Amino acid sequence: MAPKASFAQYAARPQAGVSATVAELRSVSKSFGDVLAAQDLNLGIARGEFLSFLGPSGCGKTTALRMLAGFEAPSSGEVLIDGQVVNALEPFRRPVNMVFQSYALFPHLTVADNIGYGLRQRRPRLPRQEIAEKVGRALEIVRLSGFDRRRIWEMSGGQQQRVALARAIVNEPKLLLLDEPLAALDRKLRKEMQIELQDLQRQLGITFVLVTHDQEEALSLSDRICVMRAGRIVQVGSPQELYDHPNSRYVADFVGTSNFFEGRVDAVEGGRARLVTASGLTLAGRASAGLAAGTTGCLSIRPEQIRMTRAPEPESQAVTVHNRIFLGEHTEYLVRHETLGNINVLTPRQAEQADRGFETGETAHLAWSDAAALVLKND
Amino acid sequence: MRLYTVVVYLFLYAPIAIIALFSFNAGRHASQLQGFSTQWYARALKNPFVMDALETSLIVAFVSATLASVLGTLAAVGLQGIRGPARTVFDAIIYVAVMIPGIVIGIATLIALVTVFEVLNPWLAALWPEGAQPPRLSMGIGSLIAAHTMFTMALVIIIVRARLGTLEQALAEASADLYATPLGTFRQVTLPLIAPAILAGFLLSFTFSFDDFIIAFFVAGSETTLPIYVFSSIRRGVTPEINAIGTMVMVASLVLLIVAQLILRRGPRR
Repeated sequence: MAPKASFAQYAARPQAGVSATVAELRSVSKSFGDVLAAQDLNLGIARGEFLSFLGPSGCGKTTALRMLAGFEAPSSGEVLIDGQVVNALEPFRRPVNMVFQSYALFPHLTVADNIGYGLRQRRPRLPRQEIAEKVGRALEIVRLSGFDRRRIWEMSGGQQQRVALARAIVNEPKLLLLDEPLAALDRKLRKEMQIELQDLQRQLGITFVLVTHDQEEALSLSDRICVMRAGRIVQVGSPQELYDHPNSRYVADFVGTSNFFEGRVDAVEGGRARLVTASGLTLAGRASAGLAAGTTGCLSIRPEQIRMTRAPEPESQAVTVHNRIFLGEHTEYLVRHETLGNINVLTPRQAEQADRGFETGETAHLAWSDAAALVLKND
Repeated sequence: MRLYTVVVYLFLYAPIAIIALFSFNAGRHASQLQGFSTQWYARALKNPFVMDALETSLIVAFVSATLASVLGTLAAVGLQGIRGPARTVFDAIIYVAVMIPGIVIGIATLIALVTVFEVLNPWLAALWPEGAQPPRLSMGIGSLIAAHTMFTMALVIIIVRARLGTLEQALAEASADLYATPLGTFRQVTLPLIAPAILAGFLLSFTFSFDDFIIAFFVAGSETTLPIYVFSSIRRGVTPEINAIGTMVMVASLVLLIVAQLILRRGPRR
């Protein structure tokens, strides 16, 4: 059997008459006693997409995931799966499966019995032969063929992670929920598993919903990212959208790194804005949505968007080089501006070679195009 | 080993060692060694009173340990779901049941049962159909089993609770996530993982019940358990036969305790 054909088994291909939205949160809030863990979440999850909830711990992302799984019931609002309101539906009746942060593999069962666990709960019962075949294929997909008789404690962390994945995907869920699944792995293994996760999602066509606090992980894996803060959704968009058009300082800061210069928004016109800093410096950039003149705001500029030169240019800013970190492809500089404070600059290797680079204590000049800078509301 | 350690161990174990030693005495006096013999073992095992008492003890120990294991496990699992002050109260009650002296349990159970019987017996007699002999509730094997179940159940609860505490909450959630009903989760995940604790609890309960004298003495009624038999025959003078019975009971108890410990020690390998 060609491996491609076996994957088709698992593929939840969109069919005629099937809605493009597989799950939805409608004005969902959740409180634990006095603590509001999630507030007014509105989000549609498209069939077959890889969506990530991104945010620091305690932002409500895990609560959102657990409401999709059915471990928590929303205090208000509706959770829909395949167009059905599932607020009161117990976890064991939901067509979703979860990969737990701790993996939660059953220590008393073999690898194969762990993977077949969900299939064995089906009523009417599946034939034993069919379960064995599906488990075998799932093992193949996560590249653990031959490990079926092993015990869980005989497996390494990375292998346990794959067993947990296989145990979920073997059930062909409508949604695969992943709760920080890579957090327990070391850096190198995490990178490998990220690539495997992405491959797996493309092969199987299952909708993946990932919860992570690691922005790099969210950026590299997701089709869409839902950034959360203090129980609320701040922004939803593709990684590029979030990176290039963050709607708030929080998102600009959380997705990638950025320099922020605070000031008063002086003028907003035709999608462009002008910001005046406390020291009277006037900076220009694109205006973010909902920006109004006369409010306090900040200008965000990514470190790699800044050019560093020896000779001053029109509207360039003079700075002193404070620190230099060689990163191979790039060199990272920490420079100090008289009034703007510390600024991060990332210069590519070609520019370095042409310019010999800067030494600590040297004076340099920073310039960037107005289109690369973004003026944001303060939040 | 330091001298005082030796003295302490000697003080603890010398009497037991002497009992075992004299059980192999060829003579008939408990204080004079007269050569090696296993005749007292043979005699003890042929004594119908000993065998009757042994049978009673085994029945009581087996039934009460079984009841304690089932009820104790259910209680432990149920207590998992209770939080807050109610849980503290239950925990305290369970520990009290273990700590309380046997003599207090014995007297308390005796008084409680006698009081209940006094109330129930006239009712039974009144409600029973005319002509038939009404049953009379009295102390006996039933009250023995009830009393032993009560205090060994606390033991099972404590052991099973300890094991439940080490189980990851996520395991039950993973099982529910994989379509298992709550009962299915209990049967397929919780029960297999706490089974060693239940078995250990059973063995400990069996041993405690089998060895118990004080509680049995109060609630046995006309029944004779092995410890009660030993106690009453000592009053007629200690023969090496008693030593033989004591040694057999001790060895059997030790084996059960060690097996229980081994089961608990093995635990869930992770």
